Amino acid sequence: MSDSLVEAIVDLQEEKAVRIAKERLDAEEDPLKILEDARRGMATVGKRFADREYFLPELIYSGEILKRISEISKTRLLRTSQLKRLGKCVIGTVAGDIHDIGKDIVVFMLDIHGFEVHDLGVDVPAEKFVQKIQETKAEIVGLSGFLTLAFESMKEVIQAISDAGLRGKVKIMIGGGQIDEKVREYTKADAYGTDAMSAVTLAKKWVGPK
Amino acid sequence: MSEGKSPEQLYKEREKRIWDAIQLKVPDRVPVHLGLGYFPAKYNGITCEAAYYDHAKWRWASRKTILDFEPDFYRAVIGNTSGLALEALGTKLMKWPGHGVPPNHSHQAIEGEFMKENEYDALLSDLSDFVIRTYLPRVFSTLAPFEKLPRFTSFLGTSTATLIGQLATPDFTEAFDILLKAADEASKWRFATSSFDDEMANLGFPCHSLANASAPFDVISDFLRGMRGAMIDMYRRPDKLIQACEMLLSRQIEAVSVAASRGSSGRVFKPLHRGADGFMSLKQFETFYWPTLKKLILALVEKGLTPCPFFEGDYTTRLEHLRELPRGKVLCHFDSTDMSRVKEVLGDHLCIMGNVPSSLLQIGTIQEVKGYCKNLIDAAGKDGGFIMTHRSSIDEANPANIKAMIDFTKEYGIYN
Repeated sequence: MSDSLVEAIVDLQEEKAVRIAKERLDAEEDPLKILEDARRGMATVGKRFADREYFLPELIYSGEILKRISEISKTRLLRTSQLKRLGKCVIGTVAGDIHDIGKDIVVFMLDIHGFEVHDLGVDVPAEKFVQKIQETKAEIVGLSGFLTLAFESMKEVIQAISDAGLRGKVKIMIGGGQIDEKVREYTKADAYGTDAMSAVTLAKKWVGPK
Repeated sequence: MSEGKSPEQLYKEREKRIWDAIQLKVPDRVPVHLGLGYFPAKYNGITCEAAYYDHAKWRWASRKTILDFEPDFYRAVIGNTSGLALEALGTKLMKWPGHGVPPNHSHQAIEGEFMKENEYDALLSDLSDFVIRTYLPRVFSTLAPFEKLPRFTSFLGTSTATLIGQLATPDFTEAFDILLKAADEASKWRFATSSFDDEMANLGFPCHSLANASAPFDVISDFLRGMRGAMIDMYRRPDKLIQACEMLLSRQIEAVSVAASRGSSGRVFKPLHRGADGFMSLKQFETFYWPTLKKLILALVEKGLTPCPFFEGDYTTRLEHLRELPRGKVLCHFDSTDMSRVKEVLGDHLCIMGNVPSSLLQIGTIQEVKGYCKNLIDAAGKDGGFIMTHRSSIDEANPANIKAMIDFTKEYGIYN
């Protein structure tokens, strides 16, 4: 039963997945176990995305399926549980840029790989990054940007992090369609990535299981 | 290099160079293209805001940039739209310099689910009705009252006089007043900017293209369902999605033919958004994106036009499909696809254009730019069929690097 829910999610069979979840809830099963299976399914979706078997439509659609299952499960959820997280990340698209596709994929991938992600959204000013790092004590910062003006904004965020005395406490990655080693050097980030899986690899390298 | 020649001679020379490359003949040298974007702002010390609010200043800056850098052809952000007209309409589709984004930043598109998932049938059965009574009220706040309009098919016969009375309400009066104001602003703007390409032609510089077209899938993804919605539709209602692409294809063909017939170059710009490798699988590309894009390109070629798609992102796995397009009739601009690979697959079939990275043009050295251009010409320029240009935007580029890209190509790109 538990495997079939995982499978239905992995194979993107929306109605089947929802039906199984409902049946299990009706059988008085602990909603947390159902959500845990859904999460396992999502992890496989994420792996297939990293392996280029799945693409954006699959990520988005599986997210929709998960949302439906979460909604019906939450109504029966009696206790909340805190998932064990690998590390904390603060992520956002930098000031002046409102593109969110790349950032959202990275957030999704980090989340299913066990990181606690604080998503600041788009067009995020430098001080908001600093504030959030202080508040959450995050170890990882991800700066996203699609426009070329984002290079300058990224540099400013990293400068602001340094000015706040936090540079030694965080690792910073940058990413986006036009980002390369040249931009990393210019912004003084620790690393850059051009796909979501490289964000996960970097994050795990930095704070993951030793 | 241009000394002693009249602008008319130079224009002809440049057009011949471009057409030779497109038709896979070997030109005198590698042509070089410059997509101005908002670069004229930075270069001339003005803000991007002028592109929407001060056509005289923007026109001056665009002209000066072209004259100073002397590319073989250019694409300008001019006559885009009047900022005042956009403001009057209350558009929700974009933010532009001075309105939603700072005056010195480029415009940015806003995707939304402006068509709901259950509205495909309405779109398919009567596009005009859907656009007027459903879509416009959602994307332009000023036109919100249009949702209360009667169906236009009701306006038949003498009952029209009765129906028209429904428009005598304060919200319609206000909407029509604002619409007239927007129309006035848009028309003034258009009048003041439309002759820019003619002016540049008289100065010896051809423009890249005179009309725009989009892949039908992108129309749905950019303007109707949003990328998220369009991608969910691939799973929940794939047949409707394909039907809508087919229907929009026929509208695109009509619209582009009219626009392109106004100009002489016959080149049609086609920025492509969601068909790239990272966005959808090859199978999804073959199912939802490529069929109607291909038909659109073929239809334009059939009409004697030259489609110029910009393959934004990476198209490595799709390159073989481009061989299905007619030889020497399409100009393909690549963004991050590796040009050696592109040359290998398409070199004997289609003219390819690309792709100096924006990062290099912005923060690299002149030597690095020249080195990159040299490798590009060596790899992709062999035996013609290649045009030098940048990847995507040069908005923030260092002018010295743009100059290096253009001048080096003119010097090193000569064919013997």
